[in-house]
This record gives sequence, C-alpha cells and structure tokens, in this order.
Amino acid sequence: MNEFFHMGGYAFYVWTSYGLALIILLWNVILPRQRQKQLLARLKRKFRQSPPQGNNQ
Amino acid sequence: MWSFLHKLASPKHFYHFAGRLIPWLGWSTLLLMLAGLYTGLVVAPTDYQQGESYRIIYIHVPAAWMSMFVYMVMAGAGAIGLIWKIKMADIVASSAAPLGAAFTFLALVTGSLWGKPMWGTWWIWDARLTSELILLFLYLGFIALQSAIEDKRTAANACAVLALVGVVNIPIIHYSVEWWNTLHQGPTVTRFDKPAMDTSMLIPLMIMFFAFKLYFGLTVLMRARGEILERERNSTWVKQMVTESS
Amino acid sequence: MRLLPKHPQRRKRLALISLLITGIGAAVALATVALKENINLFYSPTQILSGEAPKNHVFRLGGLVAEGSVKRNKDNLDVYFEVTDTDKKVAVIYNGILPDLFREGQGIVALGKLRDDGVFIADEVLAKHDENYMPPEAAKAIEDAQAKQTRSTTTPQGSQQP
Repeated sequence: MNEFFHMGGYAFYVWTSYGLALIILLWNVILPRQRQKQLLARLKRKFRQSPPQGNNQ
Repeated sequence: MWSFLHKLASPKHFYHFAGRLIPWLGWSTLLLMLAGLYTGLVVAPTDYQQGESYRIIYIHVPAAWMSMFVYMVMAGAGAIGLIWKIKMADIVASSAAPLGAAFTFLALVTGSLWGKPMWGTWWIWDARLTSELILLFLYLGFIALQSAIEDKRTAANACAVLALVGVVNIPIIHYSVEWWNTLHQGPTVTRFDKPAMDTSMLIPLMIMFFAFKLYFGLTVLMRARGEILERERNSTWVKQMVTESS
Repeated sequence: MRLLPKHPQRRKRLALISLLITGIGAAVALATVALKENINLFYSPTQILSGEAPKNHVFRLGGLVAEGSVKRNKDNLDVYFEVTDTDKKVAVIYNGILPDLFREGQGIVALGKLRDDGVFIADEVLAKHDENYMPPEAAKAIEDAQAKQTRSTTTPQGSQQP
C-alpha cells in the first residue's frame, strides 16, 4: 500500500495531478448545481409574492 | 430526426430533456471514472522508461483531447447560432467555454507536472505547449468578450466569430509535434498504424477518455440548464414550472 | 438541401463566414511555413555542422545521446557526451543536474552555445521521451527479439565468408 502511494518516487507529481483533476472536475459539477438551486429558490420566492396568473404575456 | 432537433432548439424542451438525461450521465461518468482510476493507477503496469510518473497520462491526455474537442463543439455551436439564429446554440457555446478552459488548464498543469521529472523543466516554449497555451487564451478571450457585451445577441455573435477564427489553432496544436521539432513527443494513440502503447496501458486511457467525454456532456447540460433558467426567468413556462413544483 | 439556410441573407452570411475561415486559415498556413525555422525548437547535428545554427548565439541542439559516449567527471558534475541524429555527431559538455530520463540512446534537447572548436557548451539539458509506453517486460522482450534477429541475419553472412 505504501508503495502505491509512493509512486516510485514520483508521488508529488502524480498525486498533485490527480488531486487537481479531482478539484476541477468536482468544482464544475457543484458550481452549476448550486447555481440552479439558488435560481430556482429565488424564482419560487418571487412568484409567491406576485403569482403569475394575472401577468401572463 | 429533424423534428427532434427542432424541439431541442426550444429552450423549454431542451431544459426538460437535459433534466432527464443528467442523472444517467452523472452515474455513468462516475462509474467510468472509478473504473479508469482503478485500471490506470492499480492494474496498469509500470512504464519501462518513465516508471510510475507516466500515470499522469490518464489525466493529461484525456484533458488535452477534450480541450480541443470542446473547442470544436463551442465553435460549431457558435456558427449554428450565428447562421440560423438559434438561441439554444448560443447557450450551448457559452456553457462549453468555461469547461473547455478548465480542460485546457488541467492539460497544461498536469503536463507541467509531468514535464518537470521527465524532461527536466516545468515549461518550454515549444510549438505544442505554446499552441495549447494560446487555446487557453482563446477560451478566456471568449469568456471575457461575452461578459463585456451587455446584449446577449450581440455578445453571442461576437463570441462566435472569435471562436471560429480560433479554430485554425486546433490543427496547429494537433500537428505541431509533426510539423516542427518539439520537446513534446509525437502522437501515441492517433497514429495511423498500431498505437505505440501496450494494451494494458491503453485500456485505462480509453476508459478515461470516455469518462471525460461523458463528464463534458453532463456538465455542459447542467450549465446550459442554468443559463436557460436565467434567460427565460420571465417566460410563462418557467413560471408554471416553478409554481407547480412548490 | 435542408442543411443550407434558405434565407438569402443567411446564405450570404454562411458564405462570408466560410470565406473568413479559409482566408485566415490560408494566412496562418503561409505564416507558419515562413516562420518554420523559428518555430523549430532545436537544431539537429547535421544542421549545425552545415552551418545553419546561429554562431555566437545561444540556441538549442536536439538529438540522441550516442551509445557509449557519456563520460562523467569524478570531481565535479561535468558530463561529456555526444549527440547524434544517426548521421552526424556533436560533442557536448554540460555541468549540472541531468533529468531522470537522461541515458544513452535517449533523445535530448540541450540549450547552449557552440565553442569555436565545435564543442557544444550546454547550460541546460532536457530529456525528450518517445511516444512508446510499455511495461519493462515487454520492452525487454522486444530488445531480445531484435537481438535475436540481428544475430540470425549476421550469422549466415559470417559463415559465407571464408
């Protein structure tokens, strides 16, 4: 197991690459998810204050 | 087929269609990613020259391929938006840009982390590395231009033209290692003859490649949905959807 | 032909865009051909010996480290080796830390100046690795097979000679 993490002496380079990839990939999933949730919540609040029935275009 | 595409061009249908597709894409991306990580980090053997350091390839190469693929998607969507005036195409192009920039950044940084132990340098101004850096600037230029222009329509048109002009960089990146003397090695997988990689090492690379492809599909749809909601927030269907769900 | 836009104005725009792309593409292609020499990262030994490399100026030399040419100085980090493009050779002297991949037969790119006697004084040596990836056992198998092949092709010739 230790040998696996050691990566034949290249641990720093290999694990930094994989770590960075993980951060970037996760970031690009979490960010739009949160944006979507916030937007939906905001719209919900807005429409509750002024129901859409009357002002349909 | 045409009616399906036609439907997709409407933001409302795109929104719902993407919403149904996202869970499937999410789970298959996760599964492929885990399979790729396991085969790439544990199963694949050590390289005869580079030892364990070559394992960076399973991040670096898919990211680099995606950086070019996403650019073509972005430029293609931009062109469709420019010619046929389809709003959905503009949304796809603008959703793809930050993802392409992320892939390019990842390819550059992992390349640097690979170059230091193997070549002996973090960076060198050879044709491959320089053209990939230009790609990053093209993405950043696209994003900057878009946020600089207030009117969405004008912004989309200007960005599409920028993206189309930048397309010339894609073949330059790909062929740079063949046209000029570079420190970066030649192509391994996309050679006309057999790939110059042992099958046991090639399989994880292919798995990772498909995982990255699906990941792009997932994230571009997520971003596009957010963008649709933002732009269509005053439309009837959004109001209906939001009030019905509560 | 549903693919082409029906609207004449859009048709015009499509034509304009295609023209723009091909125009810029051609310009870039011409420019890169003209700049070809400057984009190349390094000069090969053949180019250097034919006088193409800049004189009294720092440039990069690229090629393979010649088999059996590496000599290390015991007292300091000085390394002497020859770089070949399988045709011509250039001698290199370098003082510093070599990358992990540096070995005989390996491709390298060295940055430095050509001394008057034709020896290249390197300030930096970078390793250039090839596009092959395989486990050590596979590499050894290929090496053995090649060795066998050269032996089998040389022995009959040897036996023919008196």
